[in-house]
Parts: sequence; C-alpha cells; structure tokens
Amino acid sequence: MNESELDDIPGTTVFTGRQSRKGFHLNQFCMSLRTAENRARFKADEGAYLDEWSLTAAQRKAVLERDWNAAIAEGGNIYFLAKIFASDGTSFAAAASTMVGMSQEDYVAMMVAGGRSPEGQRSIKEGR
Amino acid sequence: MARITAGVTTSHVPAIGAALDHGNAGNDYWRPMFAGYDWTKKWIAQERPDVVVLVYNDHASAFSLEMIPTFAIGCADTFNVADEGFGPRPVPVVEGHPDLAWHLAESLILDEFDITIMNKLDVDHGLTVPLSLMFGQPEAWPVKVIPLAVNVVQYPPPTGNRCYALGEAIRRAVQSYGEDLNVQVWGTGGMSHQLQGPRAGLINKEFDAAFLDKLTADPEALRRMPHLEYLREAGSEGIEMVMWLIMRGALGEVVKELYRFYHVPASNTAVGHIVLQTAP
Repeated sequence: MNESELDDIPGTTVFTGRQSRKGFHLNQFCMSLRTAENRARFKADEGAYLDEWSLTAAQRKAVLERDWNAAIAEGGNIYFLAKIFASDGTSFAAAASTMVGMSQEDYVAMMVAGGRSPEGQRSIKEGR
Repeated sequence: MARITAGVTTSHVPAIGAALDHGNAGNDYWRPMFAGYDWTKKWIAQERPDVVVLVYNDHASAFSLEMIPTFAIGCADTFNVADEGFGPRPVPVVEGHPDLAWHLAESLILDEFDITIMNKLDVDHGLTVPLSLMFGQPEAWPVKVIPLAVNVVQYPPPTGNRCYALGEAIRRAVQSYGEDLNVQVWGTGGMSHQLQGPRAGLINKEFDAAFLDKLTADPEALRRMPHLEYLREAGSEGIEMVMWLIMRGALGEVVKELYRFYHVPASNTAVGHIVLQTAP
C-alpha cells in the first residue's frame, strides 16, 4: 500500500494500520464508554479513569481538552472518539465544527448550503 | 425457492435516528429528508419482504480494535440494540432468520468467501437507522433481518470488486435455499461525507449523482473504483459506499431503478437512497 497517496489528501487522516497501532489503547478506552457505568465513572473523575489506560501524555491531553484533531493525530479513530462526545452529550456536527475551526452555527450553515466543496480539497501535491 | 426481489440503498446517519427518537422528524430541518422516504414506505408495505440481508458497518459498537472481521454475518435469533455512548436507541429488538443466515454462511464459505459467523451481535445505528427510515416507529420490525457487517472503519475496507462478487455469491446462496422467501438486500452508508479533521463537512454532489447513475447502469465501472478515489472525492467516510456494491452484486446484471432520492445535509452527510428491482 502506498501511504504517501493517503497522506496526500488535505485535512484527512486515513485510519491505516500505522494509526491503529498508535491509537490502540486510546481507542480501546473510548470503547469502554459504551456502558452507562463506565461513563459515570469517567465523568466523576476523568483523570483517575484515564489512569486505568496506557495512554501517552499527548493522548491523555487530547482527551482531557477534547481536542479531536490532536486525538486523531495520536491514533484516535473518529468512530471511537465519538463515544467520548456522545458521553458528553455533544453532537457529531458540534464536534466536527471544532475540527474545522468554525463555530457550530457557521458549520451547520455551511452544511445546509451544500457542504464543503471538494474543489482544491482532493490532493495536496497536485493542488486540485 | 427463496428469491431476491429488490435492493435498497440508503445512508444510515445516526442523527436521523436521533431526530426520530426525539420527536424532531417534523421540524423544518428534518421534514424534507424524511419526506424522501415516503414513496419507499408505501412500496415496502406492499412488497412485504420476509427477510432483509442488511449490509452495514459497525461503528465501534460490536467490534473494537481487538477483532476486525472484514465480512461478518449475524446468525443469532435476535440482535440487541447497541449502546453507542448515549444509551441504546428506543427501537425494537431486531429478529434474525438464523436458518437462512446459517445457510448463507455455509454456502458463502464453500463458495470461497471466508465470512465470520456471529452468534452474538449488538447492532448500532448503521443497521437500525435504515429500518427506521423504511418502517418508521413500529412496535416490532415487520421483517426478519440478517445483518452483514463490513469493516469500513479500519483501512483498508474490502475492494468494491470483492464486495460486488460477495453480492453475486449471496444471490447464488439465496437461490439455493429451499423455502419460498421474498428476500431483499439492502446496502447502507454513504453518500459523500467526512466526519474528521479540517476537511470535515466535504460533500460531492457530482460524485454522488454519478455513483447513483452507475449503480443501475454501469456497476462494472464502480467495481474498479480504487479506494483512493472514494477517499479523495467522497470524503474519508464516503468509502462506506463500497457496501452498496454488495447489494448491487446480489441483484443480477439487469435491474430497474424504481425510485431515487438525494438530499443534503443530514448532519454532516449527503443522504442518498435508491430502490432497484431485479429482473423477473
């Protein structure tokens, strides 16, 4: 597989084996939030709950700050990270707006207007 | 003899389920999206399929990173609704058709598709949102469901060509089942969308329209589409559309398009929906 081609898509991290290895413990922590009991424990003391998982300092910081782009860079997968923002009661659109650096209102307005155009968003090296 | 009579594809956006579950389906944002399924609801009430082979992907609900089957078939009597981080959706338990599901599993494996057999499987919005779109909010789902889970979370998903060939094998397997059953195959997910990173919110209407056209008229072209093209053109999560090719492969070469609907947006996603009828 040619990872350089996958890395050539602007603003996108493809969840390859490389990312999956990096993010294994982070994503497994996210997976644990599928039960109400674990969500309650996490909310009661996020730091103590995270201590139970072998996260790197960068992963831990990304989770505590709800910095989704940083979490993705550290191997997080969006469907796993969604368990955190579901636990927070945050919608996918609200989480996505923080990833693109827009207010939620502006992001939703962009989507209603037809979404982000693919023009210029396909390839970094080809500039298209 | 069991027979595949029709195929349906639809997006399976979780926010659609939330809108229905929280009583927001009639508001200005959601009404036009739900209205796009009115035709299909009437159609399927007349068609009354016995079983739906429902192709979907799990979103870190049943499958963690511990085990990642590329193709998995649900052979259980029933499938519970998964807790995806906000409690299970308030929808009926999904009833399976274990006899046909086991027949499919055995036939597919002997037909050289090494599918994973699931005797316990909690199903998430990927499977329940399409049921809600077709059937609304019933006390019990009016159809038996055989979940067919495809990995599209961990790169790489199966190729479009492999998905199409799996569909063809499902067709052979259904046709070799003795009981007279009206079977539909649904492909779910898509259309263009990206949920992650600075490119989130990507929508490509031209790509989606061409994909819908080719699904009926030129599936051979879609079989050859590489993953990179889905990722570039339809967004990182748009690659879910490979699952539609399982549906298409199961219908045989010639199909008739009965209905099509396209709408932007449902939350972050372009909603695409098509109903195809197999040749008699």
